[in-house]
Amino acid sequence: MKMLITVILCLLLSSLGYAQDNNKETKKDTTKLKEVLVLSRRKLSNHRQEKTLSSIDDYLEKSNKVTMIKRGNYAWEPTINNMTSERLLVTIDGIQIFGACTDKMDPITSYVDVSNLEKVTIGSGQEGTENGHSIGGGIDLKLPSSKFNGSGFKSGLDLGYETNGNYKATGLDLEYTGNKFFISADGIYRKSDNYDAGNNEEILYSQFEKYNISLQSGYKFSENQSIDANVIYDKATDVGYPALPMDVSLAEALIASLTHYYKPEDKALKSLETKLYFNTITHIMDDTKRPVVAIRMDMPGWSDTYGFYSKANVVKNKHHFTFNFNGFYNKSLAEMTMFSNNPDEPDMFMYTWPDIRTLYSGIFIKDDFHFSAHETLSSSIRLGYHNNKIAKEVGVQSLEIFHDTVDEQNNRFLVSLASTYQLKKENYNLSFGLGYGERAPSVSEGYGFFLFNSFDNYDYIGNPNLKDEKALEANFSFKQKFNDFEIGLESSYFHIMDYIIGEIAPDVSSMTIGANGVRVYTALDHASIFNTYVNSSYKISERFAINGTVGYNYGKGNDGENLPLIKPFSYFAEFNYNTPKFNAALQLDGNGNQSNYSSKYGENETADYAILNLNLGNVFHNKLGKTVLKYGIENILDTKYSTYADWNNFPRQGRNFYMNLSFVFP
Amino acid sequence: MKLKYLLPIAFIALFFSCSTDNDDDAIVNETEDLELIQTIINNNQTIELYNEKGMFETGYNLVSLRIKDNTTDSYIEDATLSWMPMMQMPTMEHSCPKSTISKALGKDTVYEGFIIYQMTNTDASGWSLTLNYTIDGTDYSVTETISVFQYENQNTASFMGSDDTKYILALIEPKDPSIAVNEMKVGLFKMENMMTFPVVEDYTISLDPRMPGMGNHTSPNNTDLTYNNADNFYYGDLSLTMTGYWKLNLKLMNAVDSVLKGEDVTDENEASSLYLELEF
Repeated sequence: MKMLITVILCLLLSSLGYAQDNNKETKKDTTKLKEVLVLSRRKLSNHRQEKTLSSIDDYLEKSNKVTMIKRGNYAWEPTINNMTSERLLVTIDGIQIFGACTDKMDPITSYVDVSNLEKVTIGSGQEGTENGHSIGGGIDLKLPSSKFNGSGFKSGLDLGYETNGNYKATGLDLEYTGNKFFISADGIYRKSDNYDAGNNEEILYSQFEKYNISLQSGYKFSENQSIDANVIYDKATDVGYPALPMDVSLAEALIASLTHYYKPEDKALKSLETKLYFNTITHIMDDTKRPVVAIRMDMPGWSDTYGFYSKANVVKNKHHFTFNFNGFYNKSLAEMTMFSNNPDEPDMFMYTWPDIRTLYSGIFIKDDFHFSAHETLSSSIRLGYHNNKIAKEVGVQSLEIFHDTVDEQNNRFLVSLASTYQLKKENYNLSFGLGYGERAPSVSEGYGFFLFNSFDNYDYIGNPNLKDEKALEANFSFKQKFNDFEIGLESSYFHIMDYIIGEIAPDVSSMTIGANGVRVYTALDHASIFNTYVNSSYKISERFAINGTVGYNYGKGNDGENLPLIKPFSYFAEFNYNTPKFNAALQLDGNGNQSNYSSKYGENETADYAILNLNLGNVFHNKLGKTVLKYGIENILDTKYSTYADWNNFPRQGRNFYMNLSFVFP
Repeated sequence: MKLKYLLPIAFIALFFSCSTDNDDDAIVNETEDLELIQTIINNNQTIELYNEKGMFETGYNLVSLRIKDNTTDSYIEDATLSWMPMMQMPTMEHSCPKSTISKALGKDTVYEGFIIYQMTNTDASGWSLTLNYTIDGTDYSVTETISVFQYENQNTASFMGSDDTKYILALIEPKDPSIAVNEMKVGLFKMENMMTFPVVEDYTISLDPRMPGMGNHTSPNNTDLTYNNADNFYYGDLSLTMTGYWKLNLKLMNAVDSVLKGEDVTDENEASSLYLELEF
């Protein structure tokens, strides 16, 4: 392992050393992120976007690298490289934000909506560490960039309806863009009743209702300086989680940021962007809609984060440097009150997250060295200081029931390194990368107290003495083009050391009535995760195209046990017909039988499935502007199915007719 | 290195030099954190009884006493005291476990001791307290009716062991439990006769705390209570994973580990016949 770090460091240093070369050739920014999904509703030509009013969750699910774990019809949890939230870094335009739910019912992606965003950047593995440390990768949800192009007043209206679940969505956006000032506001409202799985089986508690409003405004001081303020308010109420024993009565987020942009001309420093932000989340779980529960309980959680980053782009000769200095302070608190069925007994109370404060500051440096016309060597390093503190003394004391020593504070020094070689020719692309990363345990892993996981039916206890989780990573991708046929291969391998996972604590009694027992977070010596995808596309004619993907994933711990939530063999095929005013796509989406399931972590064999979707779209131009109509049928055959990523195997939507209508007024 | 040792000494010196200046105030405040339970007037003396709540309750009561000389209006600092609580039943009377009375640590006018009331009548009646005390070689005695209220939980248990001996067990700590590993302290006494309740030494009390309201949830890392001959109480670790109602299931074992009272808690047997209760 040390040798690999040395190799990466050498690569990094040697590329930095080249910076001394006096090569006059300057290049524009050619950094290409591994995968960029353009989500803006303004960019309707994107074919991945079947519905103009899809949720972020829907969008993310279309990506090869991302799979969404579903506990209901709302607030899906993204995974990258078969790794879930704690091994990923999800940020909103560099803003650190942490969910307030101890049971992962509120992934960050649930607090923003498509209308808030311009695009989503997904970095696999150590390529996703620009904003922080992660093992599996990073998702950065990019806010719209400032515009001072004087385009004037613009508005848009979106209407959507889906038959399955009587799902209604409405979006409105207004925008004024001047030469020195812009302001834009948008709102989106979504409401769904219970949906039906295949064969018209109603899935109880799968309803949700949410709205999201955002306001963005910017002012340009001079040719090279501007300032931008952004506020997002998101509120979901009455969200059902059919796979869980509780629902959510409120998930509310306020996300605010102020950004200063500096873009000097004709200098090596191309841009300097500094952001100050804060966000606050309130999440309240609710069981009042469930007729039968072992015990009634309240489980509210709060998460507040304050932070900043300052990011610079420097182009010097063939080097493109990115510097990012950032820091944040987070306060996570969650509690549980249980109301005894015996009215003579008092309420039962505990802190499930005993007011954990996290202070992080770190620096990231990346160099994209374009050392020849076709070749790039990208190297990055992130160094960070991470501090956790248990602010409530009762938090220290309660964890002492399970651990001999519990320190009130815990300091960590984290390192991430990555280096990627890229070759881009007209007919083929090739890239090869190595990385090493570390992460601190999440609040739940470090400090959670009796967090019930309905997946394996165990209560989880955090472990403040966990070591950093470390991963060595190798990735490879290759793409070859033969005239109208293209074939590509993408593959990643992770060797994860001190892999954090819950281990059964024998003879410890569960808190949750009916649970199998208690697991305390501990670490496997090492675990391996591997994935590979083969993509191909063939352009039959100007209008017809087909594309397909097959994927294979593997994950095992050093004890020989399968890791949970590893995707089985998967395939996707799509047949496209496109004209400027009409498009149609027929999709086949399926998974093989999940034979390598992890019974230890509550998984069972999920059967194979395949579903068919049909998506259609029309564009009309008239005097008032543009009208886009998207419509289609999902799960045409009304298949009843669930995937490996469906919590407790609850079934997904059956046949669904949908229609989205968008009006754009210039 | 030396400074490390010198500084605390300097602070301690400073602290004590300050505190001696305030001695006069301290006398006034000797019962500051306590509530008056009752005053007993005996001719020339008034005896004041205090504890934290200002009332006697069943279970362990730590009692502070002061004797005031009514003529000089000052508190006696060199009395010797003893007491005898008595419960009047229809056919007989009996006492209860109690300590001797001694001067409270660091105080000049306050005396301290404990009484464990194992029972009471629902209207708090039935008990009287006799105080015998000596001041400057003169003996005094006074008996007064007291009120002992029923505590909301079972904080004391009086039971017959399989050795045909009657025992009294009382919960002393945790007084202020928290979600933590709490130190549990109990007193164990034997009823030798109606008036004598000596401490039982060197037995073991096994501990299994449960929450009946949570499917009989229990907590890990509890330890059995063992005898401490320094203060004659039994100590063990009590883990409490949440607030609420806890049933502390106990099993009393004698010095050769034969069970005198109580049963293991199992799926079939929800609770032990010997238990104490705790709510917080």
